[in-house]
Amino acid sequence: MRGVHSDFKDINQEQALFAARLLVLLVVVATMTGLLVWRMIDLQVIDSARYSELAKNNRVRISPLPPPRGLIYDRNGALIAENLPSFSLEITPSLAGNLGNTIQRLRKIIDISEEDIQKFNKLQRGRSSHRSTPLVVGLSETQVAKFHVNRREFPGVTIQARTRRNYPYGAVFSHVLGHVGRINTRDLERVDRANYRGTARLGKTGIERYYEEDLHGVTGFRSDEVNAQGKVIRALSQQPPSSGKSLILTIDLKLQQTAIEAMGDNTGAVVAIDPENGEILALVSLPSFDPNPFINGISSRDYALLRDNDQRPLFNRAVQGQYPPGSTIKMLTALAGLEAGTTTATKRMYAAGYYQIPNDPRKYRDWNRGGHGWVDLTDAIARSSDVYFYDLAYKTGIDRLAPMFRRFGLGSKTGVDLPGEAAGLVPSRAWKKKRYGKRWFPGETLISAIGQGYMLSTPLQLARMTACIAMKGDCPQPHLLRSRIPGGPATRFIENSGDKEIELANPLHWEQIIDAMEKVVTDPQGTGRRIKQGLKWRIAGKTGTSQVFGLKEDQEYDAATLQRHLRDHALFVGFAPIEKPSIALAVIVEHGGHGGVTAAPIARKIIDSWLERH
Amino acid sequence: MQSLLYRLNLDPVLLTAILGLGLCGMLLLYSASGGNMDIVTRQGIRFGMALLLMMAVAMLPPPVLYQWTPFVFFSIALMLLVVLVVGSSGKGAQRWLDIGILRFQPSEMMKIAMPMMISFYFAERRLPPNFRDVVIALLLVLGPTTIIFLQPDLGTALLISTAGLTVIFLAGIRWRTIILTLLGAIAALPVLWHFMHEYQRRRVETFMNPESDPLGAGYHIIQSKIALGSGAIYGKGWLNGTQTQLDFLPEQTTDFIFAVFGEEFGLWGVLLLFALYLLIVLRGFYIAWNAQDTYARLLAASITMIFFTYFFVNVGMVSGLLPVVGVPLPLISYGGSSMVTIMVGFGILMAINSEKRLLSK
Repeated sequence: MRGVHSDFKDINQEQALFAARLLVLLVVVATMTGLLVWRMIDLQVIDSARYSELAKNNRVRISPLPPPRGLIYDRNGALIAENLPSFSLEITPSLAGNLGNTIQRLRKIIDISEEDIQKFNKLQRGRSSHRSTPLVVGLSETQVAKFHVNRREFPGVTIQARTRRNYPYGAVFSHVLGHVGRINTRDLERVDRANYRGTARLGKTGIERYYEEDLHGVTGFRSDEVNAQGKVIRALSQQPPSSGKSLILTIDLKLQQTAIEAMGDNTGAVVAIDPENGEILALVSLPSFDPNPFINGISSRDYALLRDNDQRPLFNRAVQGQYPPGSTIKMLTALAGLEAGTTTATKRMYAAGYYQIPNDPRKYRDWNRGGHGWVDLTDAIARSSDVYFYDLAYKTGIDRLAPMFRRFGLGSKTGVDLPGEAAGLVPSRAWKKKRYGKRWFPGETLISAIGQGYMLSTPLQLARMTACIAMKGDCPQPHLLRSRIPGGPATRFIENSGDKEIELANPLHWEQIIDAMEKVVTDPQGTGRRIKQGLKWRIAGKTGTSQVFGLKEDQEYDAATLQRHLRDHALFVGFAPIEKPSIALAVIVEHGGHGGVTAAPIARKIIDSWLERH
Repeated sequence: MQSLLYRLNLDPVLLTAILGLGLCGMLLLYSASGGNMDIVTRQGIRFGMALLLMMAVAMLPPPVLYQWTPFVFFSIALMLLVVLVVGSSGKGAQRWLDIGILRFQPSEMMKIAMPMMISFYFAERRLPPNFRDVVIALLLVLGPTTIIFLQPDLGTALLISTAGLTVIFLAGIRWRTIILTLLGAIAALPVLWHFMHEYQRRRVETFMNPESDPLGAGYHIIQSKIALGSGAIYGKGWLNGTQTQLDFLPEQTTDFIFAVFGEEFGLWGVLLLFALYLLIVLRGFYIAWNAQDTYARLLAASITMIFFTYFFVNVGMVSGLLPVVGVPLPLISYGGSSMVTIMVGFGILMAINSEKRLLSK
């Protein structure tokens, strides 16, 4: 007897109660078993004749006909995801007789590697011997012909014509398209199993995953009459599959390649969109990887190489990478100040090398140690004066800054048609209280106003933000799908329209900001002046440099002595032409140092490439 | 021999039935897989390992089991929560917890932890339980059940709630409360429907009208009914089932293996198989009847009921009596995780059985 409450328990009564209940349970078990027995008698005795008849006539085998997967094109009709014919040699063990012997004899006419055999044995394991299992995939035409000559010697061995997904441009689109891969148990639970009977692969990432339903199509089936050995005698009926819809993306092959070329060996991301309608023209994340090996199941060694690579090629920086936006958000800080009346376009101030909040000894330093001297708002943006914006931020306050950042889509997902998008972060008093349980400090407002501290944004968000400015508040919804075929008339992407209007109290403020952004490039002291040479169109831009690690108050930042992985990220956002914007982009070069030096020239190459053609 | 079994705490009746079913399963697998010896070997190894685990559990004294109960229950409940939260990012179901080398399903272990916990809860309380105790016990059942239901895993949710509710019933809950709860449950059905996943709803719909889905679950039911019915009284003989050998039966080595059995061995075979299962159930009840204290009594009876539920739901679904929920035929279906759970259950039954023996000496 264990426990302390036992004194209160009436052991005998409890036992009697238990016995009675157990008896009830026994009756339940007996009843339920009776039910099963009755059911079995019903099936196996009463209705047995009918079912035997059905079984005898059950010569009809239904097999699924998987639909061909939809193709994917770029905006100009270049095929960027295709289906190639692929022949595979398959064995149905129950019909093949001695398996080892069959394989040995097959090896005399067709190259079969040890690896193929191992793969086959692995697939065969846990599978019915009646099912045909692939032994060699990707046979050449000659091999197919060779086998056909000898096929009578190999009962149970067949050649199956299937199709195989191929990405002709390899690493160029890996972060846009994603890739397909073998269906696993977990995948099966997010799709309609019946429709995937007969399908071997589905979209694992990227567009291939997001539009899986469109791309896959509807599985058909055919019924065949089979003989007592299970061999097909004749085809009875067939419901053909309806193929998946092909997609036309907004992406531009040429621009995508230009962007990758311009980035060179750098790691980072580029997102370019058409500000008018949100069509994503280029979406690059570097380093990239070739998605083709994933289709047939990448070897675990190759996968480990990609996964454990410290440059993280599998990570989609363009939509999942969260970086401090740095000075690229100074336009928004300026707008918040203009709207709040804490500054005007003409108000001048002396921007020294550092800034101090009243009654606070801490020095908030400018990136330029000597300061920028007397500047107005336009100069402050063009030369990227930190001190000017520290002062403006201090006067405007986080409660007016954060909402302005959010109106431009920072801190929330853009709703782009790719899986796994990150939301970034716009800090606020309430957020800090909730996250850290601490109050907000005025100094944090200063840091946030120049895109550092807690601020985080994705390259895609920055591109969209720039498009909002280009369109003077008429914010587009970034998207990759242009239309489906067939799908009636070209269906524009309107499913979850994130188009939003940003209304300013004074629309003139748009002009002032855009004017300042042009000065970033054209002004002799502008931080983006390096790309001024020989410009054929008016570019509005903004450079940014985002800190990878925090400097102490009096610490010096010296790029030369700093290890590369601690160096600042270089950013550039911009759009062109100013009169009628047709491209807005964000470039981020990881550890690239100054935005004006590294990122701006890349942006110019991309803008030039686009505008020369449009 | 007798004394060896005795020293190892092994109950000869249970052991015979288990070995009988295991052997039966391997013969059946050989036929269902079209003579794939590889599958049979793997199942044999799995069965042997599960048997060893059962023997190890049988050596645990029930008081130790009793002491560890809350710890076991709450750590598994926590793991369930972790799986739910971590898995919420993907659209599909998430049941596996992956800790480096080990990958396991906490919901599977819940099938044992649940009856342990509810039995533990009632062990030292006055029975029949008062209203408050019943409510708390119900909450203990409902928590993990809801999480597993959300995973979504209808079959497992069904099994563990059966286990928990059996204990509450055995503890002596009033009939009036039972009837009221049942009425409440029926009223809650529409709510349940609302929270079901699309594929679960489709399964129920297919159950109502199998012909509506010729490639999916409906096809399973039609084909397995044909297999069972055409088996008739004497069956078509081992390796001679046309439905099986011509591959009309889907998932014939796992959830639908009973159809293979019915086709090849007929009604007589089926009744014999039922007898083996019932033998285990009756022996389990007998062990519960004779157990030494409340904890052991409740636990033994509810573990037995889980086993019976496995059996009932699987045969019910294969014969078209219940919707297809994905519950294997215990000790026979190909696969490992449920086999381990069931054997651990038997280990506990044997441990309880031998404690009685020790005390009565």
